This record gives sequence, C-alpha cells and structure tokens, in this order.
Amino acid sequence: MTIQNRDSFLDNLAANLGRNRRTEGVKRPKWSVQPQYEVFTGLSQDELVEKLEEHCKVIHTEFKRTDRDGLHKVLKETIDGFEGKSVVSASDERLQQYGLNDFYKSLGEKGTEIHLWDESKGEENKVFAERADVGITFSDITLAESGTVTLFNNKYNGRSISLLPKTYIAIIPKSTIVPRMTQATKLIHERNLEGQDVSSCVSFVTGPSNSADIEMNLIVGVHGPIKATYIVVDDEIN
Amino acid sequence: MSMKIGHAPYKERVQEGVENDFMRQAVASAQGRFRDGRQKQADELGNWEDWRQLGSEIRTHTLENIDYYLQMLSDNVSKRGGKVFFAQTAEEANEYVQNVIKKKNAKKVVKSKSMVTEEIGLNEALQEAGADVVESDLGEWILQLDEDPPSHIVTPALHKNKEQIRETFAQKRGYDKSDSPEELALFAREQLRQDFLSADVGITGCNFAVAESGAITFVTNEGNARMVTSLPDTQISVMGMERLVPTWEELDVLTSLLTRAAVGQKLTSYVTSITGTRLEGETDGPEEYHLVIVDNGRSKILGTEFQEALHCIRCAACINVCPVYRQVGGHAYGSIYPGPIGAVLSPLLGGYEEHKELPYASSLCGACNEVCPVKIPLHEQLIRHRQIIVEEKGMAPKAEKLAMKGFAAWASSPAAYKMSAAAARTALKPWSKDENITNGPGPLKGWTESRDFPAPAKQSFRSWFKERQKGGVAK
Repeated sequence: MTIQNRDSFLDNLAANLGRNRRTEGVKRPKWSVQPQYEVFTGLSQDELVEKLEEHCKVIHTEFKRTDRDGLHKVLKETIDGFEGKSVVSASDERLQQYGLNDFYKSLGEKGTEIHLWDESKGEENKVFAERADVGITFSDITLAESGTVTLFNNKYNGRSISLLPKTYIAIIPKSTIVPRMTQATKLIHERNLEGQDVSSCVSFVTGPSNSADIEMNLIVGVHGPIKATYIVVDDEIN
Repeated sequence: MSMKIGHAPYKERVQEGVENDFMRQAVASAQGRFRDGRQKQADELGNWEDWRQLGSEIRTHTLENIDYYLQMLSDNVSKRGGKVFFAQTAEEANEYVQNVIKKKNAKKVVKSKSMVTEEIGLNEALQEAGADVVESDLGEWILQLDEDPPSHIVTPALHKNKEQIRETFAQKRGYDKSDSPEELALFAREQLRQDFLSADVGITGCNFAVAESGAITFVTNEGNARMVTSLPDTQISVMGMERLVPTWEELDVLTSLLTRAAVGQKLTSYVTSITGTRLEGETDGPEEYHLVIVDNGRSKILGTEFQEALHCIRCAACINVCPVYRQVGGHAYGSIYPGPIGAVLSPLLGGYEEHKELPYASSLCGACNEVCPVKIPLHEQLIRHRQIIVEEKGMAPKAEKLAMKGFAAWASSPAAYKMSAAAARTALKPWSKDENITNGPGPLKGWTESRDFPAPAKQSFRSWFKERQKGGVAK
C-alpha cells in the first residue's frame, strides 16, 4: 500500500472544517491581485540581460557575456580561473549544438580530466563529481530578477553536477532569460496540465552556496560550490 | 527534543535571557539586519501590500480546502513512486520513520533543517532505532554538537558567538584552527561532506508541497537539502500538513514572499523541488521515497478562530521585529517556536498548560501584524489567547494576578486613588525613567516586573483643565 491512513486523516480535517470531505470540484479562485506579473514587464531580452548582470553582484557570482564563437575561449578562461584540473559536465544535446564535445575533447588532450554525465556509468558519475573542481551545466530557464538558473535535472544533467564540485559554471543562452520565477513556474504548471510529468528534480540555483549561521556573517561556500560564474551566450533568438 | 524545550520555569528562562549580554546583542543586531533586508525587498517591489494580499488569499483558499489538496498531493507523490503516510500524532510519524530505518538497517541518517521534525522529536526516535543522526544545516550542526536547542527558526544558533563555536568544534571534533567564520564553515563542510556521502537515509522537512504534481520544495542557502535529496538512496520528507500550495503558480508567490520576508533575498541560493523517486537512467536522487504528512494537533486549529495561525510559512519576520524577543531571546519561550508566532502556535499545538505564559510575552505593539507576509492577525490572536487563559482556563500568570489585585484595590477605592494619585506624582518619581515607571514599589511591583507603567503626568488632568479654563499654559 503506497498511501496509508489517508481517509481517516482527511475525514477528520473535513469534520473540523464543519463540512463534508471535498474530493473534487475545487477551483482556485481568481486572486484579487497578481503583482508577480508586473516585475520587469515589457523589458527587451537585452534589458533582461542587464538586470541579470546587475543582480550577479548581489549573489557573489561572476558575470560574463559572449557569443557562440567566443564561448570556448570564455569557458577555457573561466575553468583556468577556477584552477580546474577536473571538470564534470551535463551531456544533453546542447553539447553538440554549442560544439562543446570538441572543446572538452581538446581540453582532455591537454591534460584536464573531463567527465561527461553518462547514465551507463552509474555511481561513477557521482564519485567523479564529488572530487571535481568544476561542474558545468546549461541553464534551462534563467530568472533575471533573482539571478537564478533553473535546471530540469534528468539522466543527462545529474543533480550532483551543480552541487558537489568546488565551483560551478552555468552557460546561459540569452533566449532562456525571463523576468522572474513566475514565468518558469507558469511553464511547469502548463506542462503539468498537458499531462507532461515534471522532472524528478527542479533546481533553482542562485549563485554559490552560502550561510549566515555564524554571528550573521555571510560565508560564501558551504555545502555546495564555493564560487560560481554565469556565461550568457547571445544565441541570436530574440 | 520535542516542541517544549528545557524545564526551567518561564521566569527563570526570561531572567537567563535578559542576563545574557552576548545573546541580547546578537539578537538585536540580527533583528536589525533581517528587518532592513526585508524592508529593502518590500520597498524595491513597490507593491508589497499586493504581494501580502495575494499570499493571504492563497493561504486562506488552501487551508479552506486542505483535505482536497492533500488528497491530490498524495495521489501525485504515489504516482511518482513515493510512499505517503498520514500521521495523526507525533508518535505515529516517528514510528513510521523508525520502521523505514529498521527495514533499511540504516546506521546513519543525515538531515536538513526542519522545524516539524524538531516538533515531533524525531531525532530521539531515530537514535532509539539505532541510527546516528547528523544535522547538516550549519547552525543545527553546531547546536547538535553542543546539545543545545535552537533559538530562532531561521538562524537556529543565533545565540552563540564564534569563540563558543570554535570551542565546541575543538572539543567535539578536534578542530585546531581559528574562530574566523570562513574557517569554521570550511571545517564543517569537510566534516559533513563525509556524512552526506556515507548516509543510508536522508531526511528533510518541507517548505512547500505542490499538490498538482507532488513536488516537495526546499528553500536553503547552504545546499544541505540538495545534498540530502541527491545522495542517499532512501529519502524521507516530513511535512506539517498545512505546508501546501495548489499549483506551481502559487509556489512562486509563496517562495518569493518567504525568501524576502525571512532573509531579505529575492531567492535563496537553492530552491529545490523533488518529485518522488529518481527516474530511469538517473544516477542521483533517491530510489526509495517517503512522504510523512503530520497533523500533531494542527487539525484542532482548523475551523476555529485561530485557523489563520496555520497560514504561517515559517519566515520568522514577526520574530525579527518583536521587542520582547529582542530582550529575552529564543530560549526564554521554552518552545521551538519562539516570538509572536510561537506565542500563538505553542499553546495551540502544545496546550495552554505548558505554554500559558507565552501570550504574555508580547508588548502588543502590533509590529508582527505589519510584517507578516501572509497577514496572520498575530496581535489579535495573542489578545484572544489571553482572554481564554484568564476567562476560560482560569490560569492567568501569578504575577499578572497579583498585579491586578494590587492595582484593583488601589484604583477602586476613590479615597485611596484620589490621595495617592496626587501623592504618586511625587512618590513615584524615584522609579520613573522618562515617562515610564520601570520598577515600581508596592502594588505596582507585580505590574512593572513584566511591563512599564506610565508615569503620572506632572499635573493631574483636573488641575490641567482648570488652568486651561483660566487661560493658563497647556501642555
């Protein structure tokens, strides 16, 4: 049995609310206000990039911008800046689109340890990520207001890539940038209505990990990455 | 540990808080920073009141239909391979988790910060079941090493300074470096990383469950909830039954309110939504997933005048503006839920007998009402608690009773009042500080022990009025 004690529990709630149990027909009301849609309305894609860049200062994240041709160079510089001797990367179709397969191959030939997330390798993925210097993923949806990359984790983009290595790089195609969390959750909601299952893990990642648990001092880098860099790529879709 | 913390009587706990200078300073400075952060976010949005209104409407609708949404949630978690257990009591919840632990023969459990598991005393239950429990939130870990209860629901180790933390690490874990927060945190990172990797079971709380898809959401800055939900093969989430939203669209609004109201951030570093077990081909995330939905007294609040207390999203904004919390600190409340929301919730969940003093740990200034992101009428609920305590339960605090008795005797005799009202202006002068009497004599002592009594005006109203009629100077 995968659901236990449900009926007695929910019947009791209904009784306390002084009515019969509701099992269908409940509709969300029309809310009297919807302020979430007012944030950054009408901004162009380039203006959203500016907002994102601005907020990166607040979240202790380095911001870089390039185009498709410049991506390899900027990526290399960033990895070098992190003293990255070992790199783990997500492995979805965007590797091909952005020519990163070749890029990683050449990095590997020059002595950097490269691991592309691979479902057939099981535990090995996590073991590599745990000792890696750098984790790299693409952003699926990017939230300008909060400086957040949204990751729909799956068998190509393991949860550990953006979590276990010492540093993290998010490649952000410009077309993925939206005003705020509202647009991302709306999309998930709509897909769900269409019967598409949501990812087993949706990670909203905003810069490196941090804590204020010791005397309210901000400490950047606790359990997750200690440093993070965002690379926005102009992908010619506006 | 359960909801009630410590055994010292209320008065002693308050005294201890008031005498702890470091703690009071730390609390005051933390309150200032939290408050400024929240205010800045509210100002920046420009329409914060609309956000609060929306938050309040969402919470009201969800709680009004909580049976419907919990059914939807449990169906969806189950569809995604998770097991769902509805626990009426703390004991039922603990027993269910113990059974999972035993079945897995788990030796090590790693936890991310969760108030509801503190409330039900899960850690003791886990230890009974033979498992080592590691709290992985930095603040919680510090407290666990030092066997100390939390004093704030967002930054639980607020009452400790870095020297004390260094000492704890040195004694318990052989730490030999400085007391710089960075070095202390790095040490915790290294130590806890091993625990994450070797744990058999991960246990989390739940900030918001999304009914429409069965996603359980965690809001953290450190990333520990991500660790707990990514690494161990078995994972258990424990949620208070009211921590629920209908759809992802409401998750957006409540998360935005929570991170702004709690820590003044637009979003925290990690907002993570996990749904059921890992899918085929995925190599991280749990292969076995359990959701435990806990009542533990919450249902008794439904349908009562206190129902809105269940709207709480645990942001601690009310705690961060409370002048009483500022003076006495979190431990004085004797409950894991301190501050105004704690003073409202603790008697409801833990009973008036245990927590009857808490509704009096308030100056009724109403600051909590103004900051609550989901507009819980904390102020009104505190007053209502007091009414119930005095009128229905007949258990007004002793000090209050004494003070009232003395005051009543003094004020109800016209002769005594007339005489002493005149005399008071002179007689009470030595105890007056600014416009208030802070340490009154005789019948006022009972009163001023727990609050200030306004000092008599230099002139009585009657003589002021007389003079005014004569065209004299009015104040």
